Amino acid sequence: MIEAINISKNFGKLKALNNISIATGAGQSIALVGPNGCGKTTFIKCILGMVVPDSGTIKLKNESIAAGWKYRSMIGYMPQAGRYPDQMKIGQVIEMLKDIRQSASSPDDDLIKAFSLKGLYNKRMGTLSGGTLQKVSASIAFMFDPEVLILDEPTAGLDPVASEALKEKIMAEKQKGKLFLITSHILSELEELASHIVYMQDGVIMLYKTMEALKADTGENKLSRAIAQLMTKPAQ
Amino acid sequence: MKKVSWILCCILLFNGMLKGKTLKVGKGQVIADITSGLKEISAGDTLVVAPGIYREKNLVIDKSIVMTGINHPILDGENTYENVSVKADWVTVDGFSIVNSGISSTTDYAGLKIYNRHNVTISNNILNDCFFGIYAQYCRNCIIKNNRLSAHQVQEQRSGNGIHCWKCDTMQITGNNVSGHRDGIYFEFVTNSIIWRNLSSGNMRYGLHFMFSNHDTYAANVFENNGAGVSVMFSNHVHMFHNTFRENWGDGSYGLLLKEISDSYIDGNIFERNTIGIFMEGGSRIEMYKNTFRGNGWALKIQASCMDITLKNNNFMSNTFDVGTNGSLVLNTFDYNYWDKYEGYDLNRDKTGDVPYRPVSMYSMIVEKNPPAMMLFHSLITTLLDKSEKVIPSLTPENLKDNHPLMKPLQL
Amino acid sequence: MIKIVKYILLDILRNKIVVAYTLFLFAITFCVFSLEDNTEKGLLTLLNLILFIVPLVSIIFSTIYIYNSSEFIELLVSQPIRRKSIWLSLFTGLAGALTLAFIIGAGIPLLIYVRSVTGLMMILNGILISVIFASLAMVAAVRTRDKAKGIGFSILLWLFFSLVYDGFVLFLLFQFSDYPLEKAMIFISALNPIDLGRILILLKMDVSALMGYTGAVFKEFYGTEKGLIVSFSAMILWILLPLLYSLRKFNRKDL
Repeated sequence: MIEAINISKNFGKLKALNNISIATGAGQSIALVGPNGCGKTTFIKCILGMVVPDSGTIKLKNESIAAGWKYRSMIGYMPQAGRYPDQMKIGQVIEMLKDIRQSASSPDDDLIKAFSLKGLYNKRMGTLSGGTLQKVSASIAFMFDPEVLILDEPTAGLDPVASEALKEKIMAEKQKGKLFLITSHILSELEELASHIVYMQDGVIMLYKTMEALKADTGENKLSRAIAQLMTKPAQ
Repeated sequence: MKKVSWILCCILLFNGMLKGKTLKVGKGQVIADITSGLKEISAGDTLVVAPGIYREKNLVIDKSIVMTGINHPILDGENTYENVSVKADWVTVDGFSIVNSGISSTTDYAGLKIYNRHNVTISNNILNDCFFGIYAQYCRNCIIKNNRLSAHQVQEQRSGNGIHCWKCDTMQITGNNVSGHRDGIYFEFVTNSIIWRNLSSGNMRYGLHFMFSNHDTYAANVFENNGAGVSVMFSNHVHMFHNTFRENWGDGSYGLLLKEISDSYIDGNIFERNTIGIFMEGGSRIEMYKNTFRGNGWALKIQASCMDITLKNNNFMSNTFDVGTNGSLVLNTFDYNYWDKYEGYDLNRDKTGDVPYRPVSMYSMIVEKNPPAMMLFHSLITTLLDKSEKVIPSLTPENLKDNHPLMKPLQL
Repeated sequence: MIKIVKYILLDILRNKIVVAYTLFLFAITFCVFSLEDNTEKGLLTLLNLILFIVPLVSIIFSTIYIYNSSEFIELLVSQPIRRKSIWLSLFTGLAGALTLAFIIGAGIPLLIYVRSVTGLMMILNGILISVIFASLAMVAAVRTRDKAKGIGFSILLWLFFSLVYDGFVLFLLFQFSDYPLEKAMIFISALNPIDLGRILILLKMDVSALMGYTGAVFKEFYGTEKGLIVSFSAMILWILLPLLYSLRKFNRKDL
């Protein structure tokens, strides 16, 4: 569904992405893992068009996203640390996005209910805790029933109840054949959610396999161990 | 008692003998035209002209007579002739309407012209659309009083001066109202004369044009909205008192242009809303007291060629620039004037500021040296330059300053 | 795009600084006209204020606002909206709010006190200068992520147009004082929107007579219909060029 061909991106001297190519299909749930600063977030932002790659093309449903913008209606994005205008209230942000996107189907309010955000609608974004912000971000990501969901550290800062609720939602949406792209440092939760795994290091994709294949290759039964084994391996 | 009544009788009788006869001419009279009337009449007589329109080409008055009009009979020059020529002494022309004199580029046609005479009185006439209005050459002791002159030409060369005096002496120009001419009042080689209580407005060139005329006084006149204001040049011993110079606004327009003037007094005048209140070039020994400069572009432009000019007790209020000059040499004195731009203080309460006031702003110096810098008029940089120059003077003339600026305006 | 403009405009109009700016302009304009019995003098005082305060407030407020909206921009960029729309909406919102502030603050008192061509010219120029400096703020803000640097750059831009440029002109005038520079000045004045606005207003006022030959040359050019069209086109260019440059930068910018 998403296809990246030879993507490179430099920030000054730093090679954030170095000739990355990957192809994903619908219904997959991809865990994007790697050490800090390996280029995960940059790659995600490339897909979203927030970062413009120096070279290479990204295709969504076989159409290049370069200079496009409509494709983003197929994507739900939950940023690592969502930043919202301080002066706006939660309700206003949600209403504004509904107003701007105006999807045909009625908005998906499941997560808003699950997080009981309605009670907080009058709170200004600037006064919210990190966890509440995450809840808002998650709610917005799922709200418009997108075909692709990109979740950057989705459960970081969420309390266990909220975290569970989010996972359930992810599982439910996965059943509908949506493509998930999830980054997280909490490998145990990826284990439950992911069907595929992508391992990145220094801007390069070191590995792209199904979960089963990875476990078989490394001989480890647990994802965390399998990854730890990868990370300690010296880079080729 | 008898003696007294005898003398009285004598005076009355004598008086009656001196009084010439009065001849009435014009419409409905025995003599219908003025020319014939003038032939009929003899010196000392009075010719009274009935109302009406008279087209009699050129009327020549060559006897010492009084000619008066009833209800301003119209003397029409049909745009071809000089309406009235005075060629005798002791003539009075009073109460006529003189219109449409000839216009020429070679001859100075006038509504009324006095040729080399003395003791002529021209009063209470209305002159309309004459080339020159009242023209006096080589005259003495003439009175031009309470006349109203107006012209409506558009081109300067198709219009002459309102009251034009050339090589005259002891003239009195009083209470006239001149508008629409080339120069309102024109003086060249005129001495010992007075110009008093006239209104000269809306003339094409100067309200008053004054050259080579010494020992003259002009007082209590109003010069308003003339093309180039008032010009007084190449003269000495001129007294200018209590005149008003107003609304002479435009390029090259001055309230008062002074050129090569010496030993003169400019007192109690008001200069209001002129592009340049006074422009002074090559002046010397001029005393200026108690004048008011209000709302002018430049209140005073005093070129470095002037010396011994004294300005004392004048009011300078809401002018864009107070004083402009073109050099650093200053031989003039500014003292005890009121400047509304003065920002000093008066700690010893003697009603004069404790620090001198420098009326020349830096920007006005810059513009004087470099006229295109006017492009920066009212820009931030010129404001800043002026402010910094006030703190540390460098470009403005060192000794052009008022050492005793008044804290309050004078009641003038 | 209209929806985004609506949100931005509402957000800016709620901003205390914009309200304060409007009230400030309003108070100053009213003060100037009620203190000065002569409207001509009042207009001149106001002219200096407009040429000083309006560009300064416009550029600095806009720059700060753009930096403060970086979250909002990020949020919008991940949504199915053209980047162009986001940036132009931001500009439209800023320009609209500043224009509104100027019209309410200075325009209404001007219309009340001076119902003349000069007053209208002043309002028009005030609006154009507000918009031009909002456009320049877009450039300042898009160049760097560092807010302090961006604001510094916008102050520099303001300083350049209101002071440094004129200083440079003065320097040129003295360097080439032997040449007739009046005609060249027309061109040079068009390169600075503040100068252009100032000259256009001055020429409409009586004081233009003070400007002597330079004023006459300016009047001959700017006084004609052609001159007015040229000068207002120059103003429009001053809006468009910085805006388009910043838009190009923003389209390629990583957030």
